[in-house]
Amino acid sequence: MDVLSDLVFDYTLRTVALGSAALGIVSGALGAFAVLRRQALLGDAMSHAALPGVALAFLITGSRAPLVLMIGAALTGWLAAVAIVGVVRASRVKTDTAMALMLSVFFGAGLVVLTFIQRQPAAGKAGLDKFLFGQAAAMLESDVITMASVGAVGLLGVLVLWKEFKLLSFDPDFAATLGMPTRRLDVLLTSLLVIAIVVGLKTVGVVLMSAMVVAPGAAARQWTNRLGVMVTLSALLGAAAGVLGALVSTAAETSTGPTIVLVATAFVVASLLFAPARGLVWARLRGWRSQRLLALEAVMADLAALAAQHSTDATRPHDVAALHALRGRAIVESALSELAADGLAQRHVSGGWSLTPRGLAEADRLARLRRAPDDV
Amino acid sequence: MRLRTSATLAIEATDLTLAYQQRPVLWDVDLEVPQGVLMAIVGPNGAGKTTLLRAVLGLLKPAAGEVRVFGRPYAEQRRLVAYVPQRGSVDWDFPTTALDIVTMGTYGGLGWVRRPGVSERSRATAALAQVGMQDYADRQISQLSGGQQQRVFLARALVQDAQIYLMDEPFQGVDATTERAIVDLLRTLRADGKTVVAVHHDLQTVVDYFDQVTLLNVRRIDAGSVEDVFTDENLRLTYGGRVAGIGGRGNGRASDLSA
Amino acid sequence: MSAAQVDVLLVALVVAAACAIPGAFLILRGMAMMSDAISHTVLLGIVLAFFIVADLNSPILILGAALVGLLTVALVEAVSRTGLVREDTAIGLVFPALFSIAVILISSLAGNVHLDSDAVLLGEIAFAPFNRFAPGGVDLGPIALWVMGAILIVNLSCTALFFKELKLTTFDPALAAALGFSPALVHYGLMGVVSVTAVGAFDAVGSILVVALMIGPPATARLLTDRLPHMLGLGVLIGAAAAAGGYWLARLLDANIAGSMATVVGIAFVLVLLLAPHRGLVATARRQRRQRWTFARQMLLIHLATHEGTPSEADESRPDHMQRHMRWPAAFANRVVQTATERDLITLENDQLRLTPQGRVEARTAALR
Repeated sequence: MDVLSDLVFDYTLRTVALGSAALGIVSGALGAFAVLRRQALLGDAMSHAALPGVALAFLITGSRAPLVLMIGAALTGWLAAVAIVGVVRASRVKTDTAMALMLSVFFGAGLVVLTFIQRQPAAGKAGLDKFLFGQAAAMLESDVITMASVGAVGLLGVLVLWKEFKLLSFDPDFAATLGMPTRRLDVLLTSLLVIAIVVGLKTVGVVLMSAMVVAPGAAARQWTNRLGVMVTLSALLGAAAGVLGALVSTAAETSTGPTIVLVATAFVVASLLFAPARGLVWARLRGWRSQRLLALEAVMADLAALAAQHSTDATRPHDVAALHALRGRAIVESALSELAADGLAQRHVSGGWSLTPRGLAEADRLARLRRAPDDV
Repeated sequence: MRLRTSATLAIEATDLTLAYQQRPVLWDVDLEVPQGVLMAIVGPNGAGKTTLLRAVLGLLKPAAGEVRVFGRPYAEQRRLVAYVPQRGSVDWDFPTTALDIVTMGTYGGLGWVRRPGVSERSRATAALAQVGMQDYADRQISQLSGGQQQRVFLARALVQDAQIYLMDEPFQGVDATTERAIVDLLRTLRADGKTVVAVHHDLQTVVDYFDQVTLLNVRRIDAGSVEDVFTDENLRLTYGGRVAGIGGRGNGRASDLSA
Repeated sequence: MSAAQVDVLLVALVVAAACAIPGAFLILRGMAMMSDAISHTVLLGIVLAFFIVADLNSPILILGAALVGLLTVALVEAVSRTGLVREDTAIGLVFPALFSIAVILISSLAGNVHLDSDAVLLGEIAFAPFNRFAPGGVDLGPIALWVMGAILIVNLSCTALFFKELKLTTFDPALAAALGFSPALVHYGLMGVVSVTAVGAFDAVGSILVVALMIGPPATARLLTDRLPHMLGLGVLIGAAAAAGGYWLARLLDANIAGSMATVVGIAFVLVLLLAPHRGLVATARRQRRQRWTFARQMLLIHLATHEGTPSEADESRPDHMQRHMRWPAAFANRVVQTATERDLITLENDQLRLTPQGRVEARTAALR
């Protein structure tokens, strides 16, 4: 409750929460497209490559205004993306190599520029780790307004060109045959991803911002099969991770960026495990259930086969030791008791087993089903 | 004189030449498709069949040659041409439904920014019904079988209401039901005066399914009606001397090369 | 150069050489981004190992780092094997998570130890000379030199011993498995080497610039050669040269040494990309200009051959038809016709281009290419 009342009345906390929510919405919505377009690692490369832009923007203008730093970050991040695509197109270097190369080279160049900044008397050493890991607590209301406005531009772009981006992500060749300028749309959507990254620089930092692009989209994908729902959900999950992470980091006095990333990761883990339809837990349960049904069917088929060898008396008891050897004692015994409970099999006084008349009919029906499966 | 013949051709591609890293993929290929026919493009792997289709669609820029659709440049006639890509060319785990994919066929007519509305969706539903997939409209596309996915792609082309349908291996990896459905659909299209050009692998079915055939192996080997062109001699030229006794028309039944 | 500067340069050279070797295999296996992931997550191994041994100089730290490196690989595989997300997404989820845990753990130790996340990300090779290896009071040089030297020797001997296995599993994993070399075992072995190299190197250059040294030099070498042994050798040489050049640049600009090294790696890559003898962009552009003429001449010959003896021959063989159909400018078309005539491939009579017997042969060979 304390945290909630702080959220309303405490200026810093409210600013931090609002800023983190804005960042989460933007990176979540745009990141969903990045996940679908296999650009998860491109986001990583671009966010690292934002460092020299931030440093250069500060060095040239001497301003710490968030908009200035964001523009610088966006320029070098975008340049790195262009360089990656260009190198792949012009040489035998593959995409993963080009990304790792540009990521580290741009970051290295950023470090060189940072040493120039540190030499300036006014700057001092302060601020360096803020670029790397972010610091939500230092956020001002003006920062939040800038973040929200820049982010709104990105969201508006997605909203206006929704069907174009959707078709580009699913089937770019088909989009081209409809006359859409796919090359330009591709550049535009990648540029919007840059916006999503720079919006989070101050809060999450260059090193971890890629996770905020990937995690909400990956989590949202598990809950829905509709693009619209996925993008909306991704934005909401991003916002939730941002606010929750910022609050936890303020309360526990941990670095903001890593905390937000861990919250987002927790969302992903929960989604992978428990999302209806796709969740691993449900898949495992379904697997067990179908395994059990298969075992039941197999044991019934075995008993029916034994019965068929003695056409005079189909319900004559049989020794099930052979079945134990064939399928494993535990599986056979649990299947038999379940069949008995359903009235499909019976245990005789001799200790032997047989199917009941109803069980025989059921085994016969299943066998016929096996022979003539439905036309798919 | 040239112009008058062009006017009757649905597609006329002349002297298409396309190189990939200095290696010719298509050399001086002509493609002439009269209106209202079903034409197969046949040739070995690496013969440039898909390249030819993509060049006609403007997805690849040829080094030489031009493409005319009903006598005018392709770019002006885009609306008249629908494309059915290879099923394997897209990500089927994309979060979308069968109906949504088909609705994408209406995007070309909508222009920028405007979203598909009720009329677009009802057209898409009708197209789904035409390929027998109306019951699957709300299915996530990864839950469809290969044949069903192919039929969704066909429905997407149908909803474009085009004059010409270009298909890249529509029969690739589909079940018997879908194969029959596609053949029926091709015949319906022909009866409506539409033109279909399909890259096709299965030599056995060329005679049954198509009226015309273009034999391609980097160069155009021959083209024309199936009776005249789909001969042992031509197939040997197309597939090279390596493959003996392919058998087109002439020894009754063509054996399957792709097997 | 002072003794300390020589020490720094030596450490830089050894780090670069040690990184280039596993990097070459990462590139060829399409796993370059795993170097980025591992170089981040080894930090978690160091922190966890530090909690156990409470000694920043313990070799256990390297072991912990290597184990977490392997854990990263295993987690990425486990997540992508669920089929719920793709592999690139899995990488993008796993390493920021592990790295975040490490950063939070480190900040909880704040002040108690000399281990902070800035230093790990950025490294400070300039301090390397001050940490000496002096058993029994005998100064044997910087510890970093010994550690990285040992890692370099391990990398070299692993590559030499398992060269056949590495090569086979890289280029044809199916064949390797059929021959009884487990691709999975080689894969995890390589990842272990990458992890150990990353943890050894980032003390000197920081975790992100480890990526520059692992991927940059072998990628540059890849532009120059197709042969794996050459790629390894060139990668080591280029890495060493970039390290030396970076050190020189850093002194010139009085800037961060590791950052300068990465910058020089980038410059070297771009230079080779442009100027490589055969596949460089400049050489390719030159060759393409030459080939354009050859290609155009062949197109002309094949065009004439295709229409030879057909009813439309008269129409298709007029010189001005070439301009229209191949979309050639008039000057270009004239020059193509002229060179083809000079080589006795075609003749021009009555406004008709005709193939000579020699031209017919060349048209056929060009078309069959």
